[in-house]
Amino acid sequence: MKTIADLKIGEHGIIRTFMDEVLSLKLLEMGCLPGTEVVMSHIAPFGDPIAIKVSGYTLSMRKEEAATIILI
Amino acid sequence: MKKKSPKIALIGNPNAGKSSLFNSLTGLRQKTGNFPGVTMDKLTGVWKLDPETNAEVLDLPGIYSIYPKSLDEQVVINILGNPNHPDYPDMAIVVADASNLKRNLLLFSQVRDLGIPTVLALNMIDVAESNGIVINSLKLGRELSVEVAEVNAKKGIGVNGLRLAVNKTLETKYASNDSLPVGYSEELVDEIRTTYGEVDDYHALLWLSEHDNMKMFDTQQRVGFDNLQEKYNFNSKEFQALETVKRYEQIADVVDHCVIDVNNQNEQEPESTWTEKLDKVFLHRFWGYFVFLGILFLMFQAVFTWAQYPMDAIDGGIAWLNDFLKEQLPASKLTDLLTDGLISGIGGVLIFVPQIAFLFLFISLLEETGYMSRVMFIMDKLMRRFGLNGKSVVPLISGVACAVPAIMSTRSIGSWKDRLITIMVTPLMSCSARLPIYTILISLVVPEKSTLFGIFNLQGLALFGLYLIGFLMAILSAWIMKIVLKARERSYFIMELPTYKAPRFNHVFLSIWNSVKAFVFQAGKVIVAISIVLWVLASYGPGDAIERAESKVRMENPDLQGHALENKVASQKLENSYAGLFGKTIEPVIKPLGYDWKIGIALITSFAAREVFVGTMSTIYSLGGEVDDENATIKNRMKAEINPDTGKPMYDAALGFSLLIFYAFAMQCMSTLATTLRETKSWKYPVIQFVYMTALAYLSAFLVYQILK
Repeated sequence: MKTIADLKIGEHGIIRTFMDEVLSLKLLEMGCLPGTEVVMSHIAPFGDPIAIKVSGYTLSMRKEEAATIILI
Repeated sequence: MKKKSPKIALIGNPNAGKSSLFNSLTGLRQKTGNFPGVTMDKLTGVWKLDPETNAEVLDLPGIYSIYPKSLDEQVVINILGNPNHPDYPDMAIVVADASNLKRNLLLFSQVRDLGIPTVLALNMIDVAESNGIVINSLKLGRELSVEVAEVNAKKGIGVNGLRLAVNKTLETKYASNDSLPVGYSEELVDEIRTTYGEVDDYHALLWLSEHDNMKMFDTQQRVGFDNLQEKYNFNSKEFQALETVKRYEQIADVVDHCVIDVNNQNEQEPESTWTEKLDKVFLHRFWGYFVFLGILFLMFQAVFTWAQYPMDAIDGGIAWLNDFLKEQLPASKLTDLLTDGLISGIGGVLIFVPQIAFLFLFISLLEETGYMSRVMFIMDKLMRRFGLNGKSVVPLISGVACAVPAIMSTRSIGSWKDRLITIMVTPLMSCSARLPIYTILISLVVPEKSTLFGIFNLQGLALFGLYLIGFLMAILSAWIMKIVLKARERSYFIMELPTYKAPRFNHVFLSIWNSVKAFVFQAGKVIVAISIVLWVLASYGPGDAIERAESKVRMENPDLQGHALENKVASQKLENSYAGLFGKTIEPVIKPLGYDWKIGIALITSFAAREVFVGTMSTIYSLGGEVDDENATIKNRMKAEINPDTGKPMYDAALGFSLLIFYAFAMQCMSTLATTLRETKSWKYPVIQFVYMTALAYLSAFLVYQILK
């Protein structure tokens, strides 16, 4: 099962679903909808947090949060 | 019929340009207040809609959705969710970033469905167009059945169009009556209405799912909602998630009709933007930290060197004014109160102004440009090791200006434990009130002209060192608290990294102006009051102790005359005054730190607010010594002070650094303790904060003095 946390910089992915109910609402509101394409754009100096490009802007989250977003 | 002063709420995503628009609509006709029941700053302003109508514009905190995820976001739902709230608006302007339309329209559609007449202000169309996104705003307005105004909030363009749209909406009072995008039980909504009052469906469902975050409901009503949720098998998070998805589906349809995305048609990657180029450096594993430290270092060098000129001028000006008044006015107790009490006290307030202005200049520049969220990004992992989180960086940096707004800014931290630790350690960051104390003590114990490697001013380095030690102590204390506080709770870090923007200088100056004004009037009141009380305490003593002291000096030193006699008399008088008595009482406790009873007086007075230290020192030393031109400033008076035990200057390195460390760590600020109480809603935390910081200060100052002595 591939998640956003597994992406390398510049790599694309398409969101399939979420594993965490509480986080998923926040992620949905921020535009991370199932079917949306994301690109890994930055990984912070110590490997965490990460930043993705999603629906035209940059969103940062921790690696453990990114690991709750499952990709197609 | 239009109201004479309709209430308009400004609502929008963070970084959508809401504050810019607020500033261009209201200019300087703004005032800050408090929302009833919460301590959040409430910013309102007046906007002239037509000659007869002055709208009251309310700037609400930036949110992504009506459903709050942190404390500062709760303000919005408490106002918009409660039609009886005193701030409930007659209409709303939703400010949307056109370059990120879908996400911004989510909030818009929620506000519209609350039945509030709404105008959509499309901002940053230029950015959208340069990204290849073209919006047909007429069509967008038709599809959303709302007035749309194109604005450029930063340049203040489009205000007239917005005014037209607002006037039209205020007259028609048109509000959406579309059905909600998500299914729900009519029966459930009816039951909410019969129990809690007549209200539209969306409000009823909002109450049901968010009642715990809404102040309008008491415990009994909340239990009622919980029972309803159970009865109808209603899951708040599921409902909100489904609602969000459905709203996005509708928005996607609308955007498909009204927006042309050139990039999509050409299947071309947009060119690398400025933001991407800058992020390559600012988020870099080495250069990112290098830049951050460099900015901090520049900030402190600037505060110490640039602010010095206006500070010297203020210091000199106050001394000159005092001398002038003493010459012109008849010598009396009242003149003394005016010069040594009041004007010295006001001088002690005004001297802060240049440094506060510089600090807020830097902090607001960092926030304005969008750099602050990069700092959060690169610091999160490091901060988490110490029980903090990336978002703690903003309170910690703001703590350099003042702990009160810094502690209030912790509301954006979602996790209670992270937030509590941040609140507890933020006052260890050296705030601007400590600056004058640092400045004056450093100038006494660190040579002025010396430099390190010929570039770094030693005094600047010493100052930087004090800020650094405060920060390190904050981190260390946080780490200890992380171990002590066992509560395991999740924190999250899902946040937008906004594009870099050129700072809007009117914003920066407005922010500096507001902070300086707040400082001068709020801290100023306390300082002036304490200065006057102190002057009285230092001028009067129990019974005839003062008179006896004076005649004793005259008896014992029959040869003394003129200045020398006056000096001796004055210092004997001070020693026998109430203030002197207080100082003497605590002297045994502070002796191991190297302090005498005069410093003791300053310590006592600065427990209410540390900025009183310099004012107290100037009151004490102007009472206890001669006043002529060359000795007129407080710094020179302290320099001239002789330690009676050793015969050497009182303010040597050991005492100077011991005092510096004491002031760096001690909790000497009533306002901060009051803020901690308000924010944690428990007496426990301000008490712990006071005790641990004061103990830390005492022990560290003791060590420093004993080692350097």
